[in-house]
Amino acid sequence: MSTDTTAPGPADSDRRTAIVATCVVGGAGAVAAAVPFVASLTPSERAKAAGAPVQVDMSSLAPGEMRTYEWRGKPVWALRRTPEMIEAVKKIAADRLADPNSLRTAYPTPEYARNELRSIKPEYFVAVGICTHLGCSPVGPLAADTNPALGAMPGFLCPCHGSTFDLAGRVFKNKPAPDNLEVPPYKYLSDTVVLVGDDSKA
Amino acid sequence: MGLHKTQFKGLAGWFDARMPTAMAEYRKHMSEYYAPKNFNMWYVFGALAIVVLAIQIITGIFLTMNYKPDARFAFESVEYIMRDVPGGWFIRYMHSTGASAFFIVVYLHMFRALLYGSYRKPRELIWIFGCLIFLCLMGEAFFGYLLPWGQMSYWGAQVIVNLFSAIPLIGPDLSLLIRGDYVVSDVTLNRFFAFHVIAIPLVLIGLVVAHILALHDIGSNNPDGIEIKDRLDSSGKPVDGIPFHPYYTVHDIYMLGMFLMAFFGVLFFFPEMGGYFLEWNNFIPADPLTTPTHIAPVWYFTPYYSILRAVTSEFMWVLAFGVLAYGVLLYFALRAQLARYVALGVAVVAALLMLPASPLALDPKFWGVVSMGASVMIFFGLPWLDQSPARSMRYRPGWHFWFLIAFAVVFLVLGYFGTQPPSPVNQYSSQVGTILYFGFFLLMPWWSRMGEPKPVPDRVTFAAH
Repeated sequence: MSTDTTAPGPADSDRRTAIVATCVVGGAGAVAAAVPFVASLTPSERAKAAGAPVQVDMSSLAPGEMRTYEWRGKPVWALRRTPEMIEAVKKIAADRLADPNSLRTAYPTPEYARNELRSIKPEYFVAVGICTHLGCSPVGPLAADTNPALGAMPGFLCPCHGSTFDLAGRVFKNKPAPDNLEVPPYKYLSDTVVLVGDDSKA
Repeated sequence: MGLHKTQFKGLAGWFDARMPTAMAEYRKHMSEYYAPKNFNMWYVFGALAIVVLAIQIITGIFLTMNYKPDARFAFESVEYIMRDVPGGWFIRYMHSTGASAFFIVVYLHMFRALLYGSYRKPRELIWIFGCLIFLCLMGEAFFGYLLPWGQMSYWGAQVIVNLFSAIPLIGPDLSLLIRGDYVVSDVTLNRFFAFHVIAIPLVLIGLVVAHILALHDIGSNNPDGIEIKDRLDSSGKPVDGIPFHPYYTVHDIYMLGMFLMAFFGVLFFFPEMGGYFLEWNNFIPADPLTTPTHIAPVWYFTPYYSILRAVTSEFMWVLAFGVLAYGVLLYFALRAQLARYVALGVAVVAALLMLPASPLALDPKFWGVVSMGASVMIFFGLPWLDQSPARSMRYRPGWHFWFLIAFAVVFLVLGYFGTQPPSPVNQYSSQVGTILYFGFFLLMPWWSRMGEPKPVPDRVTFAAH
């Protein structure tokens, strides 16, 4: 038996195979072990349960009234638009809006809201009341000529950095916010009762 | 210009020119750390202990993401982790299995030191750091055990904190200081959380680093107990040494695989281990008004707990006599005049404070606590208690090895009785066990010198395989 204690040289091919095989299996084990840890960072059952859909009865709103409901910890606006408000939205020229047809995908607009008034029924507007810039909740609905930032347009104004939105939640051009207000998944359970957070057909 | 000269090229060279310490330390501690080539299975437990420490830290971090250190929410938050957090049960079981695994690994690691004399000169400091790590580990386990806020958590903490109240004069105030309240409460839970999550882990990591640095400065011991650095080849490397990397890194990774198989086997199929790893009483939320009928500390504390319970008023006669006899023994054995009189004096004073007949006698409650403390602290004294001319059990008289085995059996028996409810058999056996336990250590300076050691070889015993 040699008493040579020099450092080992490069691995021969059998050793190399054994080393590679061990690393592959070990790596697979490490990935498998990491899965529960990463999974634990995702929403828990309690968080998911707390995120359940919320029912809103639109018939209790007076024309022009807006109420805020909580869904998934976020403010959801339910606005009953008057005919004047609907006219005001239709009158806004497309070149004043950043995304007049709601085509941007950052907060994808559901296909039932990809219309001029961004809602299923023109009279009732449902949107997430969070500015798409950095997350403050805009003030409104403000009538025309009540605020210099909005001017002749009725709409919403975000107090944090001055972004403005029309009464269909579309963001005006040249403002910090890049996207229209998010329309959450929602559907009508009856003529006036809306289920926010669920838009399944079944 | 300040850059160091480097043999490496490219990115490695850029790094090495600016921080040569990285490669230098790697060489010093891994690829050019020459470990004895005759290591056996007993030598894997140090590396496994590091792995278990890493497991506890990582799983601990993920547990703190969802655990609430508030008496109103703690128990519920653990159930939330177990049921609602994706993968939460896996993380929690890793942490609880890891805690018991830590003690199994550390006890086996310490036993190796007893087998091969790894605590002896010149490695006393490594042993001392190790004993400090052991103390910190016990503290860490104790603080962590309160966190689930179950019945066992609460009452275990209550009892242990009350141990401190047994100290004369300052005891009750000390307990108040530790608890932060008049009973174990939310205040206690919060501060134990701070100790468990950051204070002790930082100390533990520091001590582990010191432990390994001290080891690497001297070089590892081996099953034959001979110093491999006594025989160097022409290039200054020990002839019986092999570089830690790759030889022992490969061995350790292999054994790590075996360990992980056992670890995950327990985790998936027996995480409570019959109530020893996760105690049944801890599935009940803490109730300050009701103590569970069957209280026991977690299994790794049971030997010391047995010793605590063994000290009754009758046993004080035995203890007092033992202390007095030991003082007399030291008086005749020590050579320095001062030491002799101090030893005798201390023994006499202690006996006066212990003897039930003495007017100065302190409660057996106090002496129980002292005995339990002494049973842990006595490990520190091993380098000086062991006076055998041979370092490793392999070359000591055969009966020394059986003494060590007997000690291990006593340790396990004391541990067993610690899990059982009090009974006459339990009490008597624990008392006998206590005497044998302390006898093994305290009489070691004499028995370790008896008998004829076998001739210690020049070179390690190693067969190519």
